[in-house]
Parts: sequence; structure tokens; C-alpha cells
Amino acid sequence: MTRTYPDDPADAFPRPPRTFTDGEGREVEVVAADAADTEDLVEMYLDFNPEDRAQGIPPVKDEAIRKWLDVILGDDCLNVVARHDGDAVGHATLVPDNEDEHELAIFVLQAYQGAGIGTALVETLLGHGQEQGIEQVWLTVERWNEPAIALYEKVGFETSNAESFEVEMAIRL
Amino acid sequence: MKVLLGVGGSDLSYRALDETLTRAAETGDDLTVAIYENEDADDDVETVARRVRERLEESGVEATIRRIEGSSPGSDLVNIAESEEFDRIVLGGGNRSPLGKIQLGSIVEFVLLNAQTPITLIR
Repeated sequence: MTRTYPDDPADAFPRPPRTFTDGEGREVEVVAADAADTEDLVEMYLDFNPEDRAQGIPPVKDEAIRKWLDVILGDDCLNVVARHDGDAVGHATLVPDNEDEHELAIFVLQAYQGAGIGTALVETLLGHGQEQGIEQVWLTVERWNEPAIALYEKVGFETSNAESFEVEMAIRL
Repeated sequence: MKVLLGVGGSDLSYRALDETLTRAAETGDDLTVAIYENEDADDDVETVARRVRERLEESGVEATIRRIEGSSPGSDLVNIAESEEFDRIVLGGGNRSPLGKIQLGSIVEFVLLNAQTPITLIR
């Protein structure tokens, strides 16, 4: 299956680390993350609202969360974490597929949603990707999840396939 | 129960075959295995046919094998199930993306949305 990417590359995105004030006046920092951040992320995902799960992730139980994090915090993946008062409150990840393209996903704890943290995570992760020479990034999102689709469009993703349950979107860096 | 199992050559379709055969051996289900080419799977339809025959022989379960030739196996599965009054359609589906999201292929999705027959999805 060939994925359609936008013809033109996106402009430069901000790179981690980065600090900003979110829509609720909270000081949030977005930093690069790796396997050393596993424990903080396990804690965040144990607090994750099951209603906000999408397409089977994040897993619900401690052991399954660890197994999943093992994969997406691997050396060939790129990750950023949003922290407030030291705690992980959001996470975004880029995982390579077999075609040298990367799949993206973001997760924000419910209490921190709607404050611009998701946008900051995506932008900073894409900046991190540009830094590492990644050129093609794609994602899938449930077609009813309009806030997420609007966020991805604002950042520069374009719909590459809308024929199935999920909308597929792609961006060229 | 009259069961229509679709096998298109994905790993999960073979898993659905194994689980359906195990069940049929216990229940005596009247099983039809429909085989077809799934463009998302590695195996071509000849390979699918051979592997299905092998597993049927190993299991000792009697089943009818039939081949779906058209370009829209999902639609054919729905039509066969309805016109021949099957009680259930069984399909494997729900592969994981690189970062772990469950994704359904186009054939499974078509059947889920269009069939009037109850469906079991093996994943």
C-alpha cells in the first residue's frame, strides 16, 4: 500500500526542550524522552482515562503498558514528554515502520486536555524528527475524533486515506 | 450451526481457521471455508488453498472449501452468508500498527458494516 504525502515539506518545527504556558496558565515543559522515562510514563498511563483510548492503545494494565512502552521507547523510536511540576502529563511518539516512514501518536491526560499541550507535543516531536532526518510521518485517527483531526490539520498533516474506519493523515518534513 | 469462515492469507486469518476447526471438532458445526486473495496479505490464493487443505486434513474436520474469485471478497462473503442462510461469519482481523494501534483490513471492515449475519472476529 502506497501512502500519499503532501508534495511540499513542512516548515521547521520547534525542537525539544521547550517550555511554555498552557491555556490554563500552567508552566509545561516538553523534553525528549527515552527508556529512562519508563517509570514516569507507566505512572501517567495508569492514570489515563480509558475513554480516551484509541484503537486499543494505551493498554490498561501495568504489565501491558510496560510491554508496549518497551517497543515505543526503543532506540529506533523518537519520543517527547510534556511535564508539569515534574510529572508526565502528555507523551508523543514516532515509531518506524518497514518502509522507513514513521507512525505518530499523542496522548494527553484528561485534566490537561484542551490547553494546547497536544499541539505543543506534536510540533515538538516533529521538530525532533526533523533534527534526526526523518522525512515521512503518518498517523491514523478515528473519523469521529474531530478535535484530533483539527489539531493534526493545523500542524500541517493532510488526509492521505479516508476510506476506512480510521482517517489516515500524513506530513512531509 | 452453519458457519462461513473467510480465509485470505493473513496471519490472523490462519488463526481464525485454527480456532474454528478446534470449535467445529467439538460442536460438529457445518463449516464452509471461503478462500480468496487478500491484497494486504503475503500469500497468494493458491498458497492459501494449500494451507487450508493441509490444516483441514490435520484436524480431521470435514468442511467444504470454496473459492471466491471476484475483486470484492467482502461483498461476496456477505452475499453467500445471506443467500445460503449461514448462521455466522467468522473472520480473522485486527493487525497492530508499528506503534500498536489495532487496524482492520478493508475486507473485514466491509463485512462488519454490511453483513446481516452475526460475525465473529478473531484477533
